[in-house]
Amino acid sequence: MSEKELDNVTGVETTGHEWDGIKELNNPMPRWWIYTFIVCCIWGFIYQFLYPSWPLINDYYKGYFNETQRDIIGAELKAIARDRSVFTERIKDADLVTIRNDNSMFEFAQAGGKAAFGDNCAPCHGTGAAGFVGYPNLNDDEWIWGGSLDEIHYTISFGVRGVHEDTRLNDMPAFLRDELLTKQEIDDVTTYVQSLSDRTITSNTAAQELYIDNCSTCHGEDGKGLREFGAPDLTDAISLYVTDRDSIIDIISYSRGGVMPTWRGRLDEATIKSLAIYVHTLGGGE
Amino acid sequence: MGSKMAFQNNPPTASRLSQSLIAACLALGIVFAIFVAAKTTSGAMQFHAFIIITAFILGIVAIFNLGNRIADEEHVVSPSGVFYNNSIVKFGVIASAFWGVAGFLVGDVLAWQLAFPALNFDLPWTNFGRLRPLHTSAVIFAFGGNVLIATSFYVVQRTCKARLAGEIAPWFVFWGYQLFIILAATGYLLGVTQSKEYAEPEWYVDIWLTLVWVTYLFVFLGTLWRRKEPHIYVANWFYLAFIVTVAMLHLVNNATIPISFVEPKSYTIFAGVQDALIQWWYAHNAVGFFLTAGFLGIMYYFVPKRAERPIFSYRLSIVHFWSLIFLYIWAGPHHLHYTALPDWAQTLGMTFSVMLWMPSWGGMINGLMTLSGAWDKLRTDPVLKMLVVSVAFYGMSTFEGPLMSIKAVNGLSHYTDWTVGHVHSGALGWVAYVSFGALYCLTPWLWGRKGLYSLKLVNIHFWISTVGILLYICAMWVSGIMQGLMWRAYTELGFLEYSFVETVAAMQPYFIIRAIGGLLFILGSLVMVYNLWRTIRGDSAAEPTPENIDNAIAAQALGE
Repeated sequence: MSEKELDNVTGVETTGHEWDGIKELNNPMPRWWIYTFIVCCIWGFIYQFLYPSWPLINDYYKGYFNETQRDIIGAELKAIARDRSVFTERIKDADLVTIRNDNSMFEFAQAGGKAAFGDNCAPCHGTGAAGFVGYPNLNDDEWIWGGSLDEIHYTISFGVRGVHEDTRLNDMPAFLRDELLTKQEIDDVTTYVQSLSDRTITSNTAAQELYIDNCSTCHGEDGKGLREFGAPDLTDAISLYVTDRDSIIDIISYSRGGVMPTWRGRLDEATIKSLAIYVHTLGGGE
Repeated sequence: MGSKMAFQNNPPTASRLSQSLIAACLALGIVFAIFVAAKTTSGAMQFHAFIIITAFILGIVAIFNLGNRIADEEHVVSPSGVFYNNSIVKFGVIASAFWGVAGFLVGDVLAWQLAFPALNFDLPWTNFGRLRPLHTSAVIFAFGGNVLIATSFYVVQRTCKARLAGEIAPWFVFWGYQLFIILAATGYLLGVTQSKEYAEPEWYVDIWLTLVWVTYLFVFLGTLWRRKEPHIYVANWFYLAFIVTVAMLHLVNNATIPISFVEPKSYTIFAGVQDALIQWWYAHNAVGFFLTAGFLGIMYYFVPKRAERPIFSYRLSIVHFWSLIFLYIWAGPHHLHYTALPDWAQTLGMTFSVMLWMPSWGGMINGLMTLSGAWDKLRTDPVLKMLVVSVAFYGMSTFEGPLMSIKAVNGLSHYTDWTVGHVHSGALGWVAYVSFGALYCLTPWLWGRKGLYSLKLVNIHFWISTVGILLYICAMWVSGIMQGLMWRAYTELGFLEYSFVETVAAMQPYFIIRAIGGLLFILGSLVMVYNLWRTIRGDSAAEPTPENIDNAIAAQALGE
């Protein structure tokens, strides 16, 4: 142990300890440090006195204000619901056309629909509702299940291949897997399907007959689709999936079908109606 | 006292009996691992069993080899008559540098993935979800842990004037810890995780780490026990607090029940919000005792050593040590504000976090004020500059932490990038910088070089990394606060203004800035690795070295 000595730079006494050449000065703790520490502690204990803090055997100290976050957030949510109920109650009970034609309700439904769309629909349909492969674009006038207010509302409420018994449901056959057509026939019918939307592709009558026999029940003889079956229009260039030849062969051979959730039960009726209004105004509403 | 001194002045020996006993334990482990490999249905577990078998076989060979080496080698006795165990610290320095670069690299890959999700490559092994724990564990446990083990083994020997306790035990700690890292890291990539943040490794890896860690504790305590100094130096208080508390945290938070002894899956014994509270009690104190207390131990040795100045205040070190230890352990619940955690626990977590502010700053004051009378050295010694800036970042992070723990602030900051920025100002600015400083000091000392290969390169490292850190944390401040504000923005009709995905899109530019910052940080660390490597080789860039540094290093390199 070395002797206490004065540090010749600062003039402060050392503690007399030394480890591997490291010594310690015997400076007092900085005053501001002690005071700030004490103030923080006092503030902490006051806060603990005011709010729920210390655990007890079977309970906990409730605090001078005796308030809990659960109560506060509950009250806040109630207040918001009360403020909105002016509109939500009316929207819930009104029919969609009335909402569409009432300026104040329409404005509220648009705003609510946009917010609900961003949080619930955007992950699949995109923030701008332009869709992705397998997820329809909602901005155009191509509708698989219909683009009127009521049809949109139905689709949102029950979904497509969703869990509700009233859900939109169809099932395109898997023509190759189920041995309804041979590979050659699928190849031919694919050419015909392509010729419906692409005038540069020519097909033959045999292929047309294959189409009439197997596809026209749902997609229509003219290929323009039938909405009651959710069968898409094949004559335009818009498609839910990729439209190169191999993909079409794949779809005919093995079928495809996405799922849209059933939103009734997950969102309240006013929100679903607002969504229907919002989606209807995106560009393709009928 | 006399017999102990005599013992220490003899060259170290390894007893045949202990060698054989440990080798027998490893052999038993091999038998058990073969059994597991044969019985398990999990490919990952089988792979781990093979890793363990290989490692244990190497371990048995190494134990006998070590015994021969200790017997044959000529030991360098230091001027004070102690045969310091330097080789273990050398290994630690190399491992630290290696894991540091690896961990930073994975972190930057993640940063780019966040900016451009296509970089996930749709592969399970390169998915963000698996790489993220790889990054956090690599930087905290692999890099940070190796720095802590290496520096603590160095510091405790020098400040106790005693050789490290045990001959095989320290090597078991070092290599056992590397095995833990490899098992944890490969486990993450193969999808083996118990899904607890910073405690992802499954039960069998946890058990292995427990064995390693308890040995670490005994090596450290044993060295303190042999000390020839009347008092225990403050750095060792912090190291000891770190080792003891991490052992406790590890054991409690990893209390799980495996579904079978041959399967990797386990279930935690705590349920619901209690599990969440235990988890954040663990994780926050991992920050407090691993990344704060442990690294304060580094600071308390290397700053006064490098500055050649006495510690500013002994009294402050006592008071801030005990208040830090006492208060930190309460602060965990601030990670669970506005959750299902009961109000009373949130209140305690928040108030104790604010009370923790000054105890944390005690370390900063002692670090910075130790430079009084030596501030001029900052101009000439970039290593000291790095150490001092690390202390400044420490001060900033330990102010930001209590601030963010206040509920009103937390309501904005929680779940945002602000938290990520806060963590990295501490991790890059404090933990990594103080580690870099220690590595720059240790390398020439351990390898007996007159100085680093190049101080200019240290300066370059310092500036590249500092720009990187600033880009990182500023981007995260802006992005995080923007994100928090966007989440709470309402339209006049009371609807949320932005959907979640819009807030993500708004953050992309800051993600890119962050990734660039990270890239600079990696470049800096590569400069360091090059510099350390050339130093180890004994090269010198022949720059004019300021005399004060030269003397300090030369004195240390003599073996003291």
